[in-house]
Amino acid sequence: MTDFFNDDPLLQVNGVTRYYGDRIGCRNVSFQLWPGEVLAIVGESGSGKTTLLNCLSTRLAPTAGAIEYRMRDGAMRNLYQLGEAERRLLMRTDWGFVHQNAADGLRMTVSAGANVGERLMAVGDRHYGHIRETATDWLGRVEIESDRIDDDPRSFSGGMRQRLQIARNLVTHPRLVFMDEPTGGLDVSVQARLLDLLRRLVADLGLSVIIVTHDLAVARLLSHRIMVMRHGEVIETGLTDQVLDDPREPYTQLLVSSILQV
Amino acid sequence: MTAQPKPLDEGEYNFAYLDEQTKRMIRRAILKGIAVPGYQVPFASREMPMPYGWGTGGVQVTAAILGADDCLKVIDQGSDDTTNAVAIRGFFEKTARVETTFETSKASIIQTRHRIPEKDLREDQVIVFQVPIPEPLRFLEPRETETRKMHALEEYGLMHVKLYEDIAKNGHIATTYAYPVLVNGRYVMDPSPTPKFDNPKIDRMAALQLYGAGREKRIYAIPPYTDVKSLDFEDYPFEVQKFDKPCGLCGAENVYLDEVILDDKGGRMFVCSDSDYCEERREAGHLGPMAADPNAMTLAGGASADHTEEPAR
Repeated sequence: MTDFFNDDPLLQVNGVTRYYGDRIGCRNVSFQLWPGEVLAIVGESGSGKTTLLNCLSTRLAPTAGAIEYRMRDGAMRNLYQLGEAERRLLMRTDWGFVHQNAADGLRMTVSAGANVGERLMAVGDRHYGHIRETATDWLGRVEIESDRIDDDPRSFSGGMRQRLQIARNLVTHPRLVFMDEPTGGLDVSVQARLLDLLRRLVADLGLSVIIVTHDLAVARLLSHRIMVMRHGEVIETGLTDQVLDDPREPYTQLLVSSILQV
Repeated sequence: MTAQPKPLDEGEYNFAYLDEQTKRMIRRAILKGIAVPGYQVPFASREMPMPYGWGTGGVQVTAAILGADDCLKVIDQGSDDTTNAVAIRGFFEKTARVETTFETSKASIIQTRHRIPEKDLREDQVIVFQVPIPEPLRFLEPRETETRKMHALEEYGLMHVKLYEDIAKNGHIATTYAYPVLVNGRYVMDPSPTPKFDNPKIDRMAALQLYGAGREKRIYAIPPYTDVKSLDFEDYPFEVQKFDKPCGLCGAENVYLDEVILDDKGGRMFVCSDSDYCEERREAGHLGPMAADPNAMTLAGGASADHTEEPAR
């Protein structure tokens, strides 16, 4: 990917802080994300991972701090200074958001094809044949048989729903995808298959991904870089293999040593 | 069309039932609706002496614009003499003592549930629609806060998702009524529950169109000669229903027909849904293929047509 050699960050996060009243959601988080990079945010429940993800994806306004994103025209823009219309357009074209619970990210009452096609129609595609062709192509890429295109996601298994959600997000060729525990709640074999698929798609499309997970194995498989959070703050950050093989912070050491071995 | 309230007798209703302040409130909503074509204006809908779903929105709009010198026509699915139409006409005869008519060309205000008369409306006429569900995006997006935002930001991709579903499941756009339209290039609107056959009439209509939804508390409007486009796909363009037979009674073609069961031996015919249009044609000497049928003759006597295609709402 040529993007790897690009020196300009895609996302620049400076001192992002979110309070819930007196309580801390996340505090003083700063990092940069480069095009084509996969960043995992790990930590136990309540460590502020999801709060941070929601702040980054404009779903939750931070109390303090700035988040800048490089738009397709190359200009860095502060996300919270964009108009609502621009922000929503960004969310459904240049970004993707994969929810832990697929039902949150899908329209459960319309067919799989329409779920994938919705973003295309939202950006003005008005040709049924073309929408359907693209939807079929994407269902194939996430390993859903093309004869399921007219079925409701309600009739899909958990793993299929999650894959459909991924297809729905990727159809507009986003540059940045947020994932909140994408493999949570799936059994291990389905999880493994989904991880394989994700890894391939991310590499093929050169996506930048911010993935929140409590599962270090997922982080190990998918991400280049890792951020460990505890009590709302980033306590350790570095290359994934480096952090997981040689954790410096006591908490990270604890986290790594808590993985169950079979 | 300002109302000129007559002095009230003891125990009599105010002119056209609603009190003057309420009518002013509704007129303000109507004016805003006209100023922003297709935009759903919230209004404080009143309890009316009829159940929701029977046209409480349309009745309030009509009451607000009705004047003593107006001539009112009320139709229910194209017909002047079905229950809903008779009840509402009687309501205004009693509470406003206005002149009423069956004749489209004579009426200054036409209140309708469902159909737009076949005869072209004029600039000096107003057509009032009874709307059950004003929000075209409702069945896809249940949150009112979200649909309002979608209207505000012109995010109408979802409307095409509905049409996509139609084609995927039926092979063609199977929506036959409440077919979504884009008004004046800005707001997507539900002309519900008008059959899509009438959608082309909404486009650049000479008469003012007012839409009232009583239960949902919304009023919207299309001013005369406003562009109204029915949504579609490039490869599945908008089409109206086609009928392969003319009207059984008057022989009219290219009009909206109702199927009428004539007996219990399978006898049936298709007649104009617009009863006034059909009668006028028969008086002018037009005869359809079924006009001589004795069963059909009972219908031609002015009795109403039966309605087989009821919007499933």
